[in-house]
Amino acid sequence: MKRWLVSFRILATVMLASLSIPTLAQDQSIVVASTTSTQDSGLFDYLLPIVKQKTGIEVRVLAQGTGQALDTARRGDADVVFVHAKSAEEKFLAEGYGVKRYPVMYNDFVIIGPKGDPAGIKSKDVVTALQTIKTKAAPFVSRGDRSGTHIAELKLWKAAGIDIAKDRGPWYKEIGQGMGAALNMASASNAYVLSDRGTWLAFKNRGDLAILVEGDKQLFNQYGVMLVNPVKHPTVKKEAGQRFIDWLISPEGQSAIAGYKVNGQQLFYPNATDPNA
Amino acid sequence: MNDFVQALDTAAGLIGHLDSELREIVTLSLGVSLTASLLAFAIGAPLGAALAIYRIRGKGFLVVIANALLGLPPVVVGLAVYLLLSRSGPLGSLGILFTPTAMVIAQTILGVPIVVALVHRMMVDIWTRYGDALLVDGASRLRAMRPLMCIGRDGLLTAFLAAFGRAIAEVGAIIIVGGNVRGYTRTMTTAIALETSKGELSFALALGIILIILSMTVSVLSFLLGRVVAGR
Repeated sequence: MKRWLVSFRILATVMLASLSIPTLAQDQSIVVASTTSTQDSGLFDYLLPIVKQKTGIEVRVLAQGTGQALDTARRGDADVVFVHAKSAEEKFLAEGYGVKRYPVMYNDFVIIGPKGDPAGIKSKDVVTALQTIKTKAAPFVSRGDRSGTHIAELKLWKAAGIDIAKDRGPWYKEIGQGMGAALNMASASNAYVLSDRGTWLAFKNRGDLAILVEGDKQLFNQYGVMLVNPVKHPTVKKEAGQRFIDWLISPEGQSAIAGYKVNGQQLFYPNATDPNA
Repeated sequence: MNDFVQALDTAAGLIGHLDSELREIVTLSLGVSLTASLLAFAIGAPLGAALAIYRIRGKGFLVVIANALLGLPPVVVGLAVYLLLSRSGPLGSLGILFTPTAMVIAQTILGVPIVVALVHRMMVDIWTRYGDALLVDGASRLRAMRPLMCIGRDGLLTAFLAAFGRAIAEVGAIIIVGGNVRGYTRTMTTAIALETSKGELSFALALGIILIILSMTVSVLSFLLGRVVAGR
């Protein structure tokens, strides 16, 4: 029996060691902390093999939501952040955790809801839509996770003159999860939800849901990328990280982003050259 | 019902085509879970046996703790391991956060209490029956371990499979410490979580069916191996 125990131990050590071998080959790999929208929309699945081919960098993506992604970077556990909440990104920079913010691409947010639109919010005006939802206490799913979409949602409530923290009720369902999970819940409970267009277009469990509000200027959704400051975290792979950023904003990278389509529809619009982004 | 039928169909297709990404995910799931359960067994079995056999002050208390740890919440273990392995944490210089190694560590921590509790329970019974006879024959407690483990080998196998079952089913802890990185730390369970959040419910269910088949295959093979080793 002891012999078996010894063999088990040897086997386990070998397996543990072999699982570590890939980590030795990580000179050309970087960790990018990003949002759930860039993952759930399928953008990274499409883009990263191209990145690997053109730059030789293996990008390891943590799809966490903007708030959590920035916190991961603050702890030094990521090399690059690729998120979509300008205010949170600028705070990150001001705290000294980022080197420089580069705008990369944009799309827009949309309000999704049941096709029949029981609360009657269908329009081009997001402020009126949100006010109607609150007045009618229509079920609304919130990300509740400090993600870029959640931050945008809170801004919109504020723009609608609603103090959502005070005025929320059982109709406001804060789930603390990613965009896909929020859409699943909205689909299952016939609720309204704010989503980025990219995740919605790639989402496969639509049920009875449809886009009800779109096109409002306030629904603009900008993505930015930053290298984590190597002064704060010397283990950051600054060379490979910067090369990844440089490729994203290069004409080649920008046209690759524009080339990502789902059912013939473009999901993200490159705008690295826009000085106001 | 339609989702289930579609899932079965998708599962059959995936297995038939031996999709390369699926192979990657299955290999990682098995590798991480087997390594973790073997480690948990290697650490936990001697501990459980020693707890049963040796006279220790406060043994009752230790037994209660060992069984209480069965209720260790996996997501809390994941969070604790994450904070330990984070660059800002005490073991950050190892640089093993978001790697399969981190996943193995989390799953091993979850598996050890299971092995300890099960092996202890089994060994208490065996010790009651054979312990005195072995001691009278002159064996020290340490030397008695070997024949006792032999007698209880079926129970040891169950303990190992219980730890393996825990490991292969884990999702919360390994998403936190592994990061669910495509092609690197994505296992069957984390892939199911991801596909569900993409709304690909039938596909997620198909992966689930394959995972169940996988887990049962490991159990069956382990039992057969046990029979072969025992010469039955």
